[in-house]
Amino acid sequence: MAGTAEKVAYLQPGGPLRERIDQLIRRLGRGQETAIPVLQEIQKEFGYIPPELLPRVAALTGLCGSELYSIATFYSQFRLHPIGENLIQVCHGTACHLAGAEEITAALRRELGIEEGDTSPDQKYTIEKVACLGCCSLAPVITINGETFGRLTPEKAVRLVRGGAGQKKKETQNKKGVEDKAGPQNNVSPQNKEGRLS
Amino acid sequence: MKRVATAKKRIVRVGLASCGIAAGARPVYNFFCSELAKMPEKSFTLIRTGCIGMCFCEPLVEVEDEEGVYLYGEVDLEKARRILEEHLGAGRPCNDWVVYSDVITGREQDYLTRQHRILLKNSGKIDPEDIGSYVKAGGYRGLQKVLASLTPEEVIATLEESGLRGRGGAGFPTFLKWRFTRQSPGAPKYVVCNADEGDPGAFMDRSILESDPHSVLEGMIIAGYAIGSNEGYIYIRAEYPLAVQRLRLAIAQMEERNYLGENILGSGFSFHIHIREGAGAFVCGEETALLASIEGKRGMPRPRPPYPAQEGRWGKPTGINNVETLANVARIFELGPEVYKNCGTEKSKGTKVFALAGKVRRSGLIEVPMGISIREIVFAIGGGIAGDKPFKAVQTGGPSGGCIPASLAETPVDYESLAEIGAIMGSGGLLVMDDETCMVDVARFFLNFTTEESCGKCTFCRNGTPLMLATLDRICRGKGRPGDLKRLEELGEAIKDGSLCGLGQTAPNPVLTTIRYFRDEYDAHINEKRCPARICKDLIVYRIETETCTGCGLCTRICPVQAISGERRRPYHLDETVCIRCGLCLSTCHFDAIITISEGQDTHTADTNANTTTASGERE
Repeated sequence: MAGTAEKVAYLQPGGPLRERIDQLIRRLGRGQETAIPVLQEIQKEFGYIPPELLPRVAALTGLCGSELYSIATFYSQFRLHPIGENLIQVCHGTACHLAGAEEITAALRRELGIEEGDTSPDQKYTIEKVACLGCCSLAPVITINGETFGRLTPEKAVRLVRGGAGQKKKETQNKKGVEDKAGPQNNVSPQNKEGRLS
Repeated sequence: MKRVATAKKRIVRVGLASCGIAAGARPVYNFFCSELAKMPEKSFTLIRTGCIGMCFCEPLVEVEDEEGVYLYGEVDLEKARRILEEHLGAGRPCNDWVVYSDVITGREQDYLTRQHRILLKNSGKIDPEDIGSYVKAGGYRGLQKVLASLTPEEVIATLEESGLRGRGGAGFPTFLKWRFTRQSPGAPKYVVCNADEGDPGAFMDRSILESDPHSVLEGMIIAGYAIGSNEGYIYIRAEYPLAVQRLRLAIAQMEERNYLGENILGSGFSFHIHIREGAGAFVCGEETALLASIEGKRGMPRPRPPYPAQEGRWGKPTGINNVETLANVARIFELGPEVYKNCGTEKSKGTKVFALAGKVRRSGLIEVPMGISIREIVFAIGGGIAGDKPFKAVQTGGPSGGCIPASLAETPVDYESLAEIGAIMGSGGLLVMDDETCMVDVARFFLNFTTEESCGKCTFCRNGTPLMLATLDRICRGKGRPGDLKRLEELGEAIKDGSLCGLGQTAPNPVLTTIRYFRDEYDAHINEKRCPARICKDLIVYRIETETCTGCGLCTRICPVQAISGERRRPYHLDETVCIRCGLCLSTCHFDAIITISEGQDTHTADTNANTTTASGERE
């Protein structure tokens, strides 16, 4: 990941993000209303909002720094810390909770040795808890880099992650990735129609 | 289920909403895509549709031929190949895999026949990414009628006649909201579609937006015309990328065909729609918080009045409606208000879409007439409880709603009846629970959610919900004390009274209703240190049943703390003092030899698993 100066350069005139942000400002005007879309744009680019960019964003949108910071910290979508190469989101919606989402999170935490919300030391994985992904019929559900996997057990979840499912991999691992993508399909099996505890 | 009369068409439909994609529908779609391209003659048209509604047997493929409709469930590539060869190629349907059909009786036939699909009539039938498909199915007919022949007052009167009430949960009559907004002084006026579906366990709005986005947009334009507004906003969760993408596409196609923009269809009326992606705050489902968020502020509610109909976005009159309400509007003008009026109960008209999920055998997106009983939904449509376990309760309205016990299953589903028993209609989440659901745990789950989502503005909500949560947490960990329930009830009532918005006013509901209907379960936790449903980790132990265990050794390899030992081919032993109750062995065992028990006081071991208790454990 780039250093502070390089990141700030993204927002300088001619920088890779500047045109998109200028466009938003042209459309929505300088001021309050532009703040959230601009922050979303920045997160799209970096995967998080580098705090060192906030003063620059404040200047561009015409908000005061504290106001912008209060917005960036209010909404759960915004992260002020970088995430790992692979983002694992564990759904904790009601259906997933009933189907054992806590166990899934616990298994992943144990396997990767990190807490919810943290990134593994090798920067490979971040585990995040999300409220509801809206795939309740497939509960419990996780997403790996946006790809959804349903009807999991703690063990299957660990296997998916370790097997590289949904993950950006080099050529050599491609075949394995393809195999694993069959995973959620295979998971749609009668055994899942039974309850959790016997 | 009625079909649109597209006689003699030969169509293959693949359901590609989020659920379908997650279940593996994309490779199936791609397969048909490439294979159908090779069949030039008697060819079938391939349509990508949204949610067909039978989420429990995704991926779904529907084949429509001269005979009728055959809906196949759980279609993987292997089945897809056989459907291609036998049904499409040789004209012999693969009857064993048919879940619904209007020719034969499918395996899950009554799931659809018991429903009343007005709002969802296009879902799973049309291509949500093609405006032509929507128009062919009757779309924009209502809008044309409105713009060509009705005055704004007549539009509002028609809505009044239909009896439509807001589907976001509270059930406020839609026509009144529109009339207030129309009559409020101030310009410009705005229309806002609330698509911030934050209830965990609800996916109706997502499905509608992914499957039939145009009907919501059509409803918005009609709303704009009726209240005198030329600008609309959709506030949608950023967590629904597919819905956002399909909305953007729909808006672009509408502008191309002049259903949106300046001088719509030559009527002189202009309307524009903007999309605002939410940034993940449940409280933004509350209308004043939503408006604050659209304006770029922290999503915090403010006192009402003034209502948004008087002072909304930037202080201007704003009509805010939920996704389902607006889709209903489009349908009312397409099919006529009678369709609504004649369906439902006296005070609750029309149909309601529910996201049926939880421990039910058939989960999915359902649409039922108002007034249907909970029992009918769970058993006739949902097919009963998964694994034939006992039916314990349903939960409606998510974190704002209540738990309804099985003993009240005859309760009709309408706004008043549900409110009477302490629950609410809510936006449409309907969670089914069996005897392995711990009601204390469920209450704690919802409260944990509202505690995290409380915006912090009102003291009672900000400080009260964590107090309730800590108490519940204690009860779940076997540290409950006499008097806890009284304290929960008192706190709950105080939070309801002392909060400004719907979040705080309803946050205690899941706790209060579970105490009301499942007090014995709370008592078991508090007095006997026992979790009857065997869910609360501190109150259960795992055991291996020696009679059932085959000694295969799978569990020893999976156990992360080496709590299981034994000799191969002989029953294994699980050391309860080492076990962290992670559940890995339970989900791995092929022979159901691992069981959980909750015996009460004497088996209670608290110290060994201090690290594995709940996420909310540290709050005390």
